[in-house]
Amino acid sequence: MASTNDVVIKIATVNGTGSASANGLLRKAIFRMGVPVVGKNYFPSNIQGLPTWYEIRVTGDGYSCRSDRVDIMVAMNAQTYAKDLADVEPGGCLIYDSTWPRSSLLNRDDITIIGIPLSKMCNEHFDGVRARILMKNIAYVGVIAALLDLDLDIIKGLLEETFAAKQHLIASNMEAIHLGYDHASKHFPCPLPTRVEKMDATKGHIVIDGNTAAGLGCMYAGATVGAWYPITPSTSLMDAFRTFCGRYRVDPETGKRTYCIIQAEDELAAIGMVLGASWMGARSFTPTSGPGISLMSEFIGFAYYAEIPTVIFDVQRTGPSTGMPTRTQQCDLLSCAYASHGDTKHVLVFPADPEECFYMSVQSFDLAERLQTPVMVLTDLDIGMNDWMVPELEWDDSYIPDRGKVYGAEDLEKMERFYRYLDVDGDGIPYRTLPGVHPKGAYFTRGSGHTKLGAYTENSADYKEVVDRLLVKWETARTMLPEAEIRHSKFNKAAILTMGSCDGACKEALDRLEKQKIGLNYCRVKGFPFTDAVREFIDQHEVVYVVEQNRDAQLRTLLINDIEADQRKLVPLLHYDGMPINAGFVVDGVLKEIAKGRAA
Amino acid sequence: MTYIAKPKISLPNLPKNELGLTTRDYEGAVSTLCAGCGHDSVTAALIQAVFELDIEPHMLAKMSGIGCSSKTPAYFVSEAHGFNSVHGRMPSVTTGANAANRDMTYIGVSGDGDSLSIGVGQFVHAIRRNLNMCYLIENNGVYGLTKGQFSASADIGTKPKKGLPNQQEPIDPASAALALGATYIARSFSGDKEQLIPLIKGAIMHSGFSLVDIISPCVTFNDHEGSTKSYAHTREFYRHVANIDYIHPTEEIRVSYDEGEALPIHLRGGDTIVLRKVDRDYDPTSRADAFKHLRDRFNAGEITTGLLYVNEDRAEMHELMHNIDTPLSRLPYEGLHPGNDELQKLQSRYR
Ligand SMILES: Cc1ncc(C[n+]2csc(CCOP(=O)(O)OP(=O)(O)O)c2C)c(N)n1
Ligand code: SF4
Ligand SMILES: [Mg+2]
Repeated sequence: MASTNDVVIKIATVNGTGSASANGLLRKAIFRMGVPVVGKNYFPSNIQGLPTWYEIRVTGDGYSCRSDRVDIMVAMNAQTYAKDLADVEPGGCLIYDSTWPRSSLLNRDDITIIGIPLSKMCNEHFDGVRARILMKNIAYVGVIAALLDLDLDIIKGLLEETFAAKQHLIASNMEAIHLGYDHASKHFPCPLPTRVEKMDATKGHIVIDGNTAAGLGCMYAGATVGAWYPITPSTSLMDAFRTFCGRYRVDPETGKRTYCIIQAEDELAAIGMVLGASWMGARSFTPTSGPGISLMSEFIGFAYYAEIPTVIFDVQRTGPSTGMPTRTQQCDLLSCAYASHGDTKHVLVFPADPEECFYMSVQSFDLAERLQTPVMVLTDLDIGMNDWMVPELEWDDSYIPDRGKVYGAEDLEKMERFYRYLDVDGDGIPYRTLPGVHPKGAYFTRGSGHTKLGAYTENSADYKEVVDRLLVKWETARTMLPEAEIRHSKFNKAAILTMGSCDGACKEALDRLEKQKIGLNYCRVKGFPFTDAVREFIDQHEVVYVVEQNRDAQLRTLLINDIEADQRKLVPLLHYDGMPINAGFVVDGVLKEIAKGRAA
Repeated sequence: MTYIAKPKISLPNLPKNELGLTTRDYEGAVSTLCAGCGHDSVTAALIQAVFELDIEPHMLAKMSGIGCSSKTPAYFVSEAHGFNSVHGRMPSVTTGANAANRDMTYIGVSGDGDSLSIGVGQFVHAIRRNLNMCYLIENNGVYGLTKGQFSASADIGTKPKKGLPNQQEPIDPASAALALGATYIARSFSGDKEQLIPLIKGAIMHSGFSLVDIISPCVTFNDHEGSTKSYAHTREFYRHVANIDYIHPTEEIRVSYDEGEALPIHLRGGDTIVLRKVDRDYDPTSRADAFKHLRDRFNAGEITTGLLYVNEDRAEMHELMHNIDTPLSRLPYEGLHPGNDELQKLQSRYR
């Protein structure tokens, strides 16, 4: 491992020991050196005491997915030590706290073992149990700084920003950094052949998680009502919305709020609340995860049929049932696409990273109101809770929300009578009114059979007329969804088709395959129903590897169902162990298929 | 904005309210319930109440779940916005609608099945939030719409048309609401318009959660001999403890009531109701007394009716949350985001 800016550091700690800020410091320091980074959390469904890992991938090439190796392991957790040791790539190194002797059985000749008396040093230099634990974390950052030749001034600068209001903490944290840094420099050959060298590749970028970006998007979109029931991994989305609203949505004079966040009693209620709010004319949203979607389903079907907009974020986690709540998957496609009984289908969007979480959440409010239907934003734990380097977010100050077809008081005043479900424009989208605006706008919202005029019905023809019109709307939706990202070369007969957080792994895989002279085209769908370009893309290829993170090839099923894609062409590459997908998986999958005689 | 809808057919002798509307203007579609169903009488009382309160039809939101009772919003005030939601979930929709627009008047109509079984969680939490709404339970002890199964309000020993009497403890919505901290709790009977209309008016004008539990017999499935929710049984065992008069803002409070028996109560919204005690010892401002009384009379087989509890001290949901006075749904977009300059600034912590 003698390279620059291509190294993977994994820190193994115990949940609840406050390592997050140390890990963040390390990740930021590398980013500030101008070198792209990826930060992944692997944490247990537990508050304190179980193993947790943070992985920092330093990637001069700017890849965004999880790596498939570990070069430097910081083994701070005795419980997982043996496994952590085994995970290190030959030629890599392992750092451990040598305050306590290690069993000689736990050794490896093919890696460098670096023992640093972290606890001992911190106990000597700091008072208080909590401070000693926290400083021990900061000290391992110092060790890595020495090994990788990180810029101490940048680290100091970061500490100064963090502790601007608590000067004494800057000094003590720097002291801890030096304890680690100096000890490593003195006793081990530093820096390692693998090191971090300054680049200029992070300018104009930020490192942010998807939930924060989506919460920010909701605030910028003008959402005023959010209802939710806490569930990992979606919780931090509402936390972010709350934080941003606390800053920008409180009248400084009166202290009054221009937003309303309701912690619902369950997801049955959360979805009811946002539908009530949207019906009343507020932009509303609810963040949840798979179990929440299951509970919301009846109301999602109601909203489809009664044509009420709202935005639902499903930050997917590993199912079925409670599954592995702190692991990632893309396993709710089908349950979201067809949520609820009866003939229903729903508009989905698939952001690939936090940048798209921001823009697509805004877009989802526009789509929901334009189409008068719930729009579901499907992200996952990997996007939602991990740290992604993305271009800085921009806001177009000329943006005007698309509130869709809403008759106001003046329109109604001029009308003889208003009918809620008439397809006036032929695009399958009727006009709606908001309560409290005008007496002529009143209508009765119901989930029972209704005619195009909005009246209750049990008449077959009248019923069919409305549900058939909803199919017209579905086709209109198809033309409005974000277009797929497509890379096409006429020389390639095979392609990868994927969505969401598989993007990084697939793109890196394409590069690796290219190096082996295997050229593949690429299509990343961004929404459901699928656009015509997706249909054409599949038609143009002999083999399409459908890469997704679930067991049952749900994306593939949707392609077959929605656009009658030829299923013989669609070769599933399924990653569903709960860890974020990586490039190696995709490369191996494609190579295996080629070895079986599948065209490349 | 105020719109005075034109009267449909001007019947010269029908009295008009402040808006110049008659009760005809507060009517809805023709009911499809069984002839004699208690729910239709509640609808009639509601029409009278909103007419007398001069509520602008389009400023009224009629919310419901699923059941015969939940169908009734279609049968009153056709120029109001109706939302017939899913079974047991009227409270959540009303919570969201109210969160978005606090200027509307919210009337939720529910059944004992809708509120005490499938929707009991939402009922409880709407109370906890002190959601500003008038919540009516048309309580008939059965699931009318699914043909007469017992509901959770069925009394011990009450007999079904076929099969064995109920042996499970009933849930009394009024006692439950009292325990949960509801701020206006009344009970009445669909067959007692005199008592019911003012109670509904008070409930609508009360700021915060108000419950009116209305015994509303199901003539088809629960009006037989041996049923404790029949017309006959209710008439026999039903006792007024404290009735109210709603004082229209244009009226003066005539203190012609006997000392100790009449008590004006000023509602947070500025309106006044006058409490007329039937039982001199009953104090509807004391939660503990109310609870004890309800239990004692219930154990004696009686149905206590009237204004059971009122508390004008507690703030409703928006006040508790420090929300802006303007309805959130009416806020102009410009004020809802801080623009690109601020976006650039706030991103510094992600660099
Ligand atoms: C999820 C769901 N489960 C079951 C039903 C069937 N259902 C319709 S109304 C009803 C009971 C209604 O009882 P209540 O609220 O007391 O109304 P009533 O008809 O007695 O006025 C039931 C169980 C339904 N509509 N939805
Ligand atoms: S079944 Fe009972 S509750 Fe339903 S309409 Fe008939 S009488 Fe009323
Ligand atoms: Mg009932």
